[in-house]
Amino acid sequence: MVNLFIRSLWNRRGTAFLTIFSISVSVTLLLGVEKIRQGVRTSFSSAVSGTDIIVGARGGSLQLLLYSIFRIGNAPNNLSWESYNEFRNNKRVKWTIPISLGDSHRGFRVLGTNQDYFKYFRYGSKKKLEFSKGKSFSELFDAVIGSEVARNLNYQLNEDIIIAHGTGNKSFLKHEDRPFKVVGILRPTGTPVDQTVHVSLEGITAMHIDWESGAPPIEGENLSSEDIMNLDLKSEEITSFLIGLKSKIHAFGLQREINSYKEEPLSAIMPGVALQELWNILRTAETGLRVISWFVLFAGLLGMITALLSGLNERRREMAILRSVGAGPSTISFLLIFEAMVLTFTGILFGLISLYITLYVSRPLLETYFGLFLPINPPSFKDLIILGGIILTGMFMGVIPAFKAYRQSLVDGMTIRL
Amino acid sequence: MDQVILDIKNVCFRWKNSGSLLLNLPEFKIEKHEHVFLQGRSGSGKSTLLALVGGILVSESGTLKVLGQDIKNFTRSGRDSFRVDHLGFIFQLFNLLPYLSIEENVMLPLSFSSIRAKRAGRTKIDQFKEAKRLLKALALEKQLAEKSPVTELSVGQQQRVAAARALIGNPELIIADEPTSALDADLRHSFLELLFGECKKAGSTLLFVSHDSTLSDLFSRKISMDEINNNVN
Repeated sequence: MVNLFIRSLWNRRGTAFLTIFSISVSVTLLLGVEKIRQGVRTSFSSAVSGTDIIVGARGGSLQLLLYSIFRIGNAPNNLSWESYNEFRNNKRVKWTIPISLGDSHRGFRVLGTNQDYFKYFRYGSKKKLEFSKGKSFSELFDAVIGSEVARNLNYQLNEDIIIAHGTGNKSFLKHEDRPFKVVGILRPTGTPVDQTVHVSLEGITAMHIDWESGAPPIEGENLSSEDIMNLDLKSEEITSFLIGLKSKIHAFGLQREINSYKEEPLSAIMPGVALQELWNILRTAETGLRVISWFVLFAGLLGMITALLSGLNERRREMAILRSVGAGPSTISFLLIFEAMVLTFTGILFGLISLYITLYVSRPLLETYFGLFLPINPPSFKDLIILGGIILTGMFMGVIPAFKAYRQSLVDGMTIRL
Repeated sequence: MDQVILDIKNVCFRWKNSGSLLLNLPEFKIEKHEHVFLQGRSGSGKSTLLALVGGILVSESGTLKVLGQDIKNFTRSGRDSFRVDHLGFIFQLFNLLPYLSIEENVMLPLSFSSIRAKRAGRTKIDQFKEAKRLLKALALEKQLAEKSPVTELSVGQQQRVAAARALIGNPELIIADEPTSALDADLRHSFLELLFGECKKAGSTLLFVSHDSTLSDLFSRKISMDEINNNVN
């Protein structure tokens, strides 16, 4: 019986393979969309894995998250060093990382910070930043670059770089008089760190000396770099800072305290909550993608039913012969449901194989060009439920041709019609 | 009692949507080992009668006993398995599944009937040998040796394969529905001779249906639809 089924299907292998192919493409699409969605979420969360609270000038929480962590957009305002100092020394705070933004180097953001950045910043599964070459900055005009900056601009250690004022790729105003030297290159992290040029807070201040009211210094009136090195530089402002708490229980308390800070209007956000806000915004787009991939799958299954239905007429002879050797109408309709199930199942199998091949091939590309890390793991429980549902749907849709075959074989009986 | 293979009494049949009776058979019997030639014009209800005997259709009234069992008393799936257990069919054309080999086509009923499988041989290999034996007896040795696909057989050869399939596992009744109408006159005779010979060996009874009465002399009994069917139209 099984042999008979296989031989019959093999006899119609052209249509069968097309059906399997269309189902497998839609399964790849469906699960691929899901994988990318999860990958995006993991990548975003992994960029802030150790941080409990982010503080910036008063503004939207999403905006604060985007500019301080993802280097997207700009800060509405800076916050004062005094405020930073106040909360840095709060007894519930374990560590802080100051962040000063606003400049760029050939399209990559420049971030001013201190040694705590390399000590406390965590990404992914609480991983520390590591150097692939060189070391952290120690001199005023030292810079540490992310892996992507190094790769993209082909920078080595001791390279001199000019930082541009402002964040545009084609900024006309450049800090040409104060070149920085690359002293360290970080290992790839798959986070925005890879696309960042890190300098000391003092370096940021030094760059902007003589820049009165945001205009470049007048030639001849500026201090030389040597003179600046000897100055006692202090930052007066930073853009935002990250906080790590001694205990997470204090997160809400401290957040409230910062938000109601009298001296300066500040915003404190918890990254997880802000990310959730981001997902809520993106949900419509995600749902759209998912709906499209479901429709593609539906079209694939519909194609299968069409193929089965249109095949029925050509298979009348086969059915009549089977009837004459004792197959009942129910056996014949079962054969069709079984066929729908086998086609769907094989389609899913091929779909999974092509999904994993695609993931495997595209992973390095996605990681390099989008900083998107797609984990390759076996199908999740949720995936299996989806796949099981697809098989059931396929079987269910197989009922339509099966019912027609049942009726047809009742009417035809053993009469061979062509 | 078991000398009567087919026993029809007062069987009436009409298609659901038509008002008039198609069949009204007061009495029709076939004894064991008989070779019956049933002649009838097209549209005379021959095929309907065969569908009734095969349990594909069920009569409106009367009794239709095959091997002493009233077909009406079976469930639908009971009729399906009774059909394969005790009846072998040969049709006019297109008897074979194109995707199976010659031997597999012959062995097809065995996978639906354990009774016939047992009679054909204890093991799969024995059954395979029995299929080959039948095919050789029906003069298909050359095609077997060449492993010809069934689609490349001539019509006459295809009909002989179909005969082997009807005969395998020695069903009590072989029903042949116009099996020779696509054959030349010479081939018809040789086909019938082979069929008779194997029916005798298998101890099977033969009901042969055709509109063409030129072959009827070869049969032990000849009857026409008009004689057994009482409907007046």
